Amino acid sequence: MLHPMPSFGSFALLLALALCVYTLFSGAVSLRALATGRQLAVPADNLRETSRRAGIASFIAVTCAAFALVWAAFTNDFSVAYILHHSNRDLSTFYKFAALWSGQEGSLLLWAWLLSAYGFVMRVRDKADVTLHAYASTILSAIQIFFLLLLVFAATPFSIAPGPLHADGFGLNPLLQYAEMLIHPPMLYLGYVGFSVPFAFGLGALMMRYPGEKWIHITRRWTMVAWLFLTCGICLGMHWAYAVLGWGGYWGWDPVENASLMPWLVGTAFLHSVMMQEKRGMMKVWNVWLIFITFMLTILGTLLTRAGLVQSVHAFAQSSIGDWFYAFLIIVFAVCLFTFFHQRDHLRAENHLESLVSRESSFLFNNLVLLTACFTILWGTLFPILSEYVQGSKVTMGAPFYNRVAVPIGMFLIFLTVIGPLLAWRSTSLRSIRRNFLLPCSAILATAVALMLAGVRPWNEAGSSTGQIYSLVCFSLAAGVITAIFSEFLRGAAVIHRQTSRNLLSSAILLTRRNTRRYGGYIIHFGIVVLFIGVAGSAFNQSRELEMSFGDSIQIGSWKLVCQSYSEDSNPNYDTDYALLDVYHGNKKVTQLTPERRFYNASQESETRVAIHSTLARDLYVVFEGRNPETDKPIIKVFLNPLVNWIWIGVGIVIFGTAIALVPPLKPGSSSSRTGDVVAEDPQVLHA
Amino acid sequence: MPKRLLHIALLCILSFTMLGAGSPSTRFDALGHMLVCQCGCGQILLECNHVGCPVSPVMIDELRAELTTGLPDSGVLNWFAVKYGPIVLAAPLRSGFGLVAWIVPFAVLLIGIGAVVFVLRLWRRRQIRAGLAAPSIPPQLTDPALRDRIRRETNYDSQ
Repeated sequence: MLHPMPSFGSFALLLALALCVYTLFSGAVSLRALATGRQLAVPADNLRETSRRAGIASFIAVTCAAFALVWAAFTNDFSVAYILHHSNRDLSTFYKFAALWSGQEGSLLLWAWLLSAYGFVMRVRDKADVTLHAYASTILSAIQIFFLLLLVFAATPFSIAPGPLHADGFGLNPLLQYAEMLIHPPMLYLGYVGFSVPFAFGLGALMMRYPGEKWIHITRRWTMVAWLFLTCGICLGMHWAYAVLGWGGYWGWDPVENASLMPWLVGTAFLHSVMMQEKRGMMKVWNVWLIFITFMLTILGTLLTRAGLVQSVHAFAQSSIGDWFYAFLIIVFAVCLFTFFHQRDHLRAENHLESLVSRESSFLFNNLVLLTACFTILWGTLFPILSEYVQGSKVTMGAPFYNRVAVPIGMFLIFLTVIGPLLAWRSTSLRSIRRNFLLPCSAILATAVALMLAGVRPWNEAGSSTGQIYSLVCFSLAAGVITAIFSEFLRGAAVIHRQTSRNLLSSAILLTRRNTRRYGGYIIHFGIVVLFIGVAGSAFNQSRELEMSFGDSIQIGSWKLVCQSYSEDSNPNYDTDYALLDVYHGNKKVTQLTPERRFYNASQESETRVAIHSTLARDLYVVFEGRNPETDKPIIKVFLNPLVNWIWIGVGIVIFGTAIALVPPLKPGSSSSRTGDVVAEDPQVLHA
Repeated sequence: MPKRLLHIALLCILSFTMLGAGSPSTRFDALGHMLVCQCGCGQILLECNHVGCPVSPVMIDELRAELTTGLPDSGVLNWFAVKYGPIVLAAPLRSGFGLVAWIVPFAVLLIGIGAVVFVLRLWRRRQIRAGLAAPSIPPQLTDPALRDRIRRETNYDSQ
């Protein structure tokens, strides 16, 4: 039987592999010739150009392969084993598209496609520095070769299903049939894959002994974009877990969640630390290793997810390709180590720290805390393996471990977020410390007292609670950070206001436009703190579970839910059982919620669909858990989760802040910024 | 005067902090959140939301029974660890090899802080020795070269 589309996809992958191999070798040969001045049969510049074009062509080839798989999903081509296992005829069109990343082979193809897309953009925009881009392009093609080898030899997405042609597929995992699943994995992968680009630039710059710090300028946007995608991917995953899994939480410290958080933490450390290199020529070795580690953690995360190394609820993508990732990780580490030792004299710092109380030292501590957080998560993820090796028995590293260990580290991080931006570069005088810290410290103290007066005490009627102590500390420190950020904006805006008579708001906007990176960064800090406030609210979660018949009610806090009726619905893809619950706050009916339980016909699996009534103060989260097999009564579980919306608002602020930081600042000569030039000469602003 | 204000503030915090202290804790809830349901769901015992789960009701009854025996928290957790294996505990016990899991992250943090302080002091000493400490008199901001340097180092033109 002829299989034109799968054959086309397989051929496209082979072609992409051949093009990447050419990109790697022609790139390496031409760059070597350019570095040593050796003459080749073909001019080295021309060879380098063919390498670049082959890299661009590989993007088209991988795109064809991805298109072939999506086409197979849309046309219900169940001769393709992957489509047979991850789709079915009645699956909605959107989710057929999601089939691309719902399994092992497809998600690897998505990875390869995103990598080639990043490579395409990088190769097209190579005017900033042709040679550096050529190094990065060559390194990127080496990474691409690994993924294409996997797709061609180990995890082929176009393999033909054995036996007779199936009339229908086995369906998509019900957990993935949720709108956010259309964007969560691509976002996460855009983040993971995106870190390949700064890694390629970092390694390339080290290999070619790139003079100065221009490579950091070139890669800054790449790094920020990758970081932003990873942030969005992680947070979308949190929201998906919250809305679909039905256990009332958004972060379960699952190994796969941990795997995504680790590169985010180190990437965040890199984004902070790289400023010291940019401004002062310091921390070069540290920064190079931070970006190496960030990239290796993205690979390690994939290894953890797919090799079955640790147990995870994300079992849908596990397989036996772990050995490939082990080998790749070892090769990457060896190349990084060799290049570092070979070129380490190039990484000599131009400046050293001048004062212990300075922005630089706060960055050092910030890096330390972020890396410790990353290590803690890695340690917690791998400790069960270590325990099995040492003691012969596995242990569980669940939320109680991480809450005890990682939360204090998180508190330390917020503390540093309070003080870091208030310290000046190079050195901070005692007078300046007093002036800058008075307001945030007062805010911390006032918030702590006000919260305790309002009843948020470390000890309450139910006894002491570590979670509530942390919450109190978190809320108080968050008040300090917010005060510090607003006072920074206000101080800068006040100077512009004094000198230009603009109102404070437009002065603050001009201030931000004049230095988008700095004030965008403050907005990101603000968003992170708002997110932390939302997370701290979880210490006050409440839940109740009840078998509810018609007319039964359940009380939680000041909310009452009354069961109006139960009903059923059906469509070709799934059958639904749902409850109609009236929600009362006091005596006033607020809304009606309809939690569902679905049974998917193709996969023969059932899943919950949570109903949430969300306000800024709290979420009323209702789960239809199913029916009691003995009484056939529906079981409803209700959670009252305070401040959850703050998490999503915080994420929105982080995205907004990152977007601002990515916008180029007003040029000093431009008409709008002329007032800003005057401001720049004001010692108060310069000092900050 | 500021010292007195600080004392008053501390007194206020302590007073409010201690309000309600000493109330009895709900051991069942606390211990139920330190155990993992053994049905394979990997969820915390009191959060297992599988309808008809054959394991969690049994374990919850066992927990209730153990709480009536007068055993301390560690004794109850040990009882579960012996019956189901250490994997039943949501986090390792703070004894034996399990203690390593708890100590290492904080040890790494402390060693890291020590290393950072050491490096900072080393750099500072080098700086002093090289006689490159910042001048005590504020420089004139009219010098264009100096202004460029300030712009660069204060993150002003950060493109």
